[in-house]
Formats: sequence, structure tokens, C-alpha cells
Amino acid sequence: MSLSTARSGRPRTSVDQPTRGYRVFQGVNGVILTLVVAVTLYPFLNIIARSFSGERQIRAGEVTLLPKGFNLTTYKIVFQDSMFWRNYGNTVFYTVVSTVVAMVLTTCYAYVLSKRNLKGRGVLVGAAVFTMFFTGGLIPNYVLVTSLGLKNSVWAIALPNAISVFNLLVMKAFFESLPTELEEAAEIDGLSTYGILLRIVLPLSKAVIATMVLFYSVSFWNSWFSAYLYMDRTELMPVTVYLRNLISGATTGGNAGAGAEQLSQVGANIQAVTIVLTALPILCVYPFVQRYFVSGVMLGAVKG
Amino acid sequence: MSTSTTSAPPPGTQDPPPKTRHGPVRPSPRRGWRRALRRDWQLYSLAVLPLLFFLVFRYLPMIGNVIAFRRFEPGGSILGEQWVGLRYVRMFLTDPTFWQVFRNTLWLGGLTLVFCFPIPIVLALLLNEVRRTALKRFVQSVSYLPHFLSIVIVAGITMQMLATDGPVNRMLDRFGHDPIRFIQEPEWFRTIYVGSEIWQTAGWGTILYLAALTTIDEDLYEAARIDGANRWRQIWHVTLPGIRPTMITLLILNIGTFMAVGFEKVLLLYNPLTYPTADVVSTYLYRAGVESNSFSYAAAIGLFEAVIGLVLITGANQLSRRTVGTSLW
Repeated sequence: MSLSTARSGRPRTSVDQPTRGYRVFQGVNGVILTLVVAVTLYPFLNIIARSFSGERQIRAGEVTLLPKGFNLTTYKIVFQDSMFWRNYGNTVFYTVVSTVVAMVLTTCYAYVLSKRNLKGRGVLVGAAVFTMFFTGGLIPNYVLVTSLGLKNSVWAIALPNAISVFNLLVMKAFFESLPTELEEAAEIDGLSTYGILLRIVLPLSKAVIATMVLFYSVSFWNSWFSAYLYMDRTELMPVTVYLRNLISGATTGGNAGAGAEQLSQVGANIQAVTIVLTALPILCVYPFVQRYFVSGVMLGAVKG
Repeated sequence: MSTSTTSAPPPGTQDPPPKTRHGPVRPSPRRGWRRALRRDWQLYSLAVLPLLFFLVFRYLPMIGNVIAFRRFEPGGSILGEQWVGLRYVRMFLTDPTFWQVFRNTLWLGGLTLVFCFPIPIVLALLLNEVRRTALKRFVQSVSYLPHFLSIVIVAGITMQMLATDGPVNRMLDRFGHDPIRFIQEPEWFRTIYVGSEIWQTAGWGTILYLAALTTIDEDLYEAARIDGANRWRQIWHVTLPGIRPTMITLLILNIGTFMAVGFEKVLLLYNPLTYPTADVVSTYLYRAGVESNSFSYAAAIGLFEAVIGLVLITGANQLSRRTVGTSLW
């Protein structure tokens, strides 16, 4: 009955006295959601705990939520592996380059598409949206990228994924929501289209630009398959492929400094450490950026 | 004054809004284009590079599918060398491995649809009944988290959890069960695949439903209560119909991706031991094409897969338009 509950859901009225059955349901609901949270979080916490634990305690299955036999040996081994650092650096480099390319192309096209009076706008929108439902497929893409000579370069990752149609539609919707009067005024003041875009529209679009940069950089940071397909040498791989090779047993990781016996012994720990380090940037920014993703997805869903 | 006018027009000659300009007498289409190009060439110039991207990296591969009907030589033309008709199509239709991977695809696609589609709806309904905002936020934040992780990390975590000395086997041990080598046994693959899919996507899937729930008119609940509906009846008669358009849209989209079941995840999680249940159309064509260099053969399979996907999504769209009146287009 209290008004304070109004924000969290439906306002309660006197008709809506919670029945006993409903109170039981509330209890059960709380238990179910607690279980959902536990099931979602447990694997993370366990991996983190494992990465700090001793090998013997892991083998004995003693590690659950907190590290047992706390030590940083595995971190040291991974840190000493020059290939890990090289691949980590590659990931940063590929992410930055790909995100810049993607942002430039997406912003340009989204701005064009946001002009309602532009002749041929429908065709331009359609050309993009159609690619959401029908794509060329793996083999023609592979053949194309290979014959363009993009193999073993960052362009094999950046160019084929330069525009995500979903992001494009989110950005288009944002541009459409900007007041047209500002652009008209700028136009009367003699600014060209490029000038309007750079000096009026983009400064007003910081929120959506930040969101799009996040969307793209997270997806490029997480991607592995293009690199796996188009990079031939280990020193060109991003850290995701390093991790993939580790979990598939293709490499043991931690090639520096340790004997073979020690390596096989700490294999599981190395996987845990690499998982933690690969996820680290995402886990660090997650609490701050999560709501942007949510609002972006809703905008895209409503307007797309 | 149109918003899309780009070059500053000379004072006094500014175009009236296009609607009136096109008025009763419409200029010929060609003149319209010339005029639009002259007026908006700067805007069109911004579209050149993106269009080039779509042409080269999206539409050219679609055309590139002709290598399914032409002999392709690595290093030769990306459109192949000579027509061979349906040779490669016949090849995969008579290939027993193809039918096995096709069955596996239907299994995994079907199981994913059956489990991963309804769970977010249930979760959203449960979350919607939570009265304490802080708790609701917390549950949401936690459940979105796996969505942000790389598929490689998800595969890595899955394998660590299911390792012989991992937490799952540890729990089985506590109940007196012998350890199971989950990753090596074909009969476990489907469970592992669907399970990890739910873990990664369920929370994220609730976003759209929660958004849809907030748009339901409060008066409807009020009216239902006055008519004597309890909570369950309110959910049945007000909440569920309220989110039906969202449900249909997501169902159509899910059906559209039916054939392309988590290619990357299968590739990461499977191994030759689990091929009997894990190998799907896309992984088979990956091995045939990229690893064994049978590009034309693999392209034929890929085209088949894409066509089924397109048929499924248009079919589902038509069906839902006829039956419930909601559709994607």
C-alpha cells in the first residue's frame, strides 16, 4: 500500500492486498533468483580462486570460492611467457585499429541514413539491413579475404567487420533524434555537411559515440575466429587465440623458464590465469559500462 | 527548408520542403536524381566508403557463392574457373557425413530453441515480481555479465568446470558418483552446449522483455484487479499478452539463426571424440573448405545452409503475420 513501492513496479492499491499464496511465491522467487545469481557467479569466482591456488589443492578439488594454498607462481609463469605478452599486445592493437575503422565507417553511414529527405535513402538502408538476413558465408569470405591479400595483417580483422548493422541502426536512431534546427542554423551560417557533422552533430553525440566505441571494442577484444583464420604465425595471434590454443591443448603456455614436468603440472592453473587476464579489461569496465549497453540494446530494438 | 540540404543555398532561393516541391507535377526521376546529387553530393560522398564496404565484404561474398557451381582453384579467380553444374550439391547430398552433421545441427538448433528461447521470458517475469529495486538491479547486473565475455573464455570456463578434477565432478563425487569425462563423451556434448549457452545468454535475453514489461499500461492491471484477478491471472491475461510482440520478434530471429548454431562455440568445445554428436554443418564445411581446401564443395554446403536459414526466417515471419499479426517486416 505504501507509495514507496510504486517505482519498483506496479503501484499497490487497496485492492491489491498480497495474498498468502503470493507471499509464498515471493519467497520462492527470491530463492530462485539467488540460485540464478549463484550459478552465474560461481564459475567466475572459482576460476579466479583457482588462478591463485596451489596445484595440489586444485587436484584435490579443495578450491571452491576462495584460493587454497595461495600463491602467485602461475601468474609469474604466464608473465614470463613472451608470447603471452606479444599476443596481449596484438589484441590491444587489433582492437584499437578495428574500432577506429568501424567507428569512422559506421558514423558516416549512420549520419547519411539519418537524413530523412535524402533521395535514395530507402535503398541505402535496405542495402545494409538485407545483410542481416543473408550473408555470403564462411567460404566465399575466406576466399575473398585471402585473394585480397589481407592475410597476416590487422586488415583481415578490421575490414570484414567494419560495420555492424545493428550498431549502425542504433546510431542512425540517435542522429534522427537530434533537433534539426541546430543543423539548419549551422547551414545558414555557411557550414558544409562535413563541418556540420564534425562541429555540430558529433559534439552532441558523445553519449552514442561512447556507447558505440564500447560495443565495437568489446566485440573486437573478444573476437578470435578471424585471427585464427587469417593469421598464420603465433606471434600475430591475439590473446584469445593464445587462450584457445591453451584450452585445446595445442600449446602448454608459459614456455619460458620452467621445465616440462612443471609445465604439465600447472597446466590447469595456467588456463585459469589466462582466462582471468583475458577477461580482466572487460571485468574492470563492466560495472561502469553495463547500463550503456542495456540502453543501446533497447534503442536498437525499438528503432531497428 | 529541408534538413538534408547541404551546400548553403543562395539567400532567398531556399527550397521549400520537398513535399510541396514535388507537389502535383512530379519532376522526372532522372532530373530528381541529378538535382539530389547536386544538392546533397557531400552527404552522398560520406556514404561512398561504407557502401564500398557492403559491396566488397557483404555482397561480393554472396556472389562468390557461385563457386558452389564452378570449379575453384586456390589462387585463381574468386568466382571459380568453369561451370560444373550441381556436381558439388550432388556430392554433399550423397555424403553420409553430411547427413550426420545435418542431423546434429537440427538437434542442437532445436534444443537451443526449446531451452534458450523461453528461459529469458521466465526470468524476466520473475524479475518483474521483485519489489526491491536494489535486489533487482543486482540480479540483472550479475546475469548480464557472461554475455560480455569472449566465447573463448566461456569455452575455457566450461572446460575447467567440467574437468575430471573440476567442481562438477567434485560434486558428483560427493554423491558417490564416479567422475565423468564430460568433454570426451559424445553423449554429453548436447547438454554441455545448451547448458553453457543458457549460462551465457539467459540474463542478457531478459533485457528486451523487461523493457516490454515497463510499457504495459498500469490501468490494465487495475482493471484486472477490480475484476477480481489474482496475481496469476494478471500475469496470464495482462503481462503475457503485453510482451507477446517481443516474444514473436525474438522467436522469429531465433528461428532464423537455427541453422547457424553457435559455430564458434562448437569449434571450441568439440574434438574428434565428440564429432558423432557435436559436428554441425558449419563446422563440417569449415573443415572441408579451409582445412582440406575443397572450397567449392564447402561453398555448396554453406549455400544450402544459408538458403535454409532464409527460408526458415521468411516462413516464420509469414506464419506469425498470418496467425498473430506481428511480424518483422
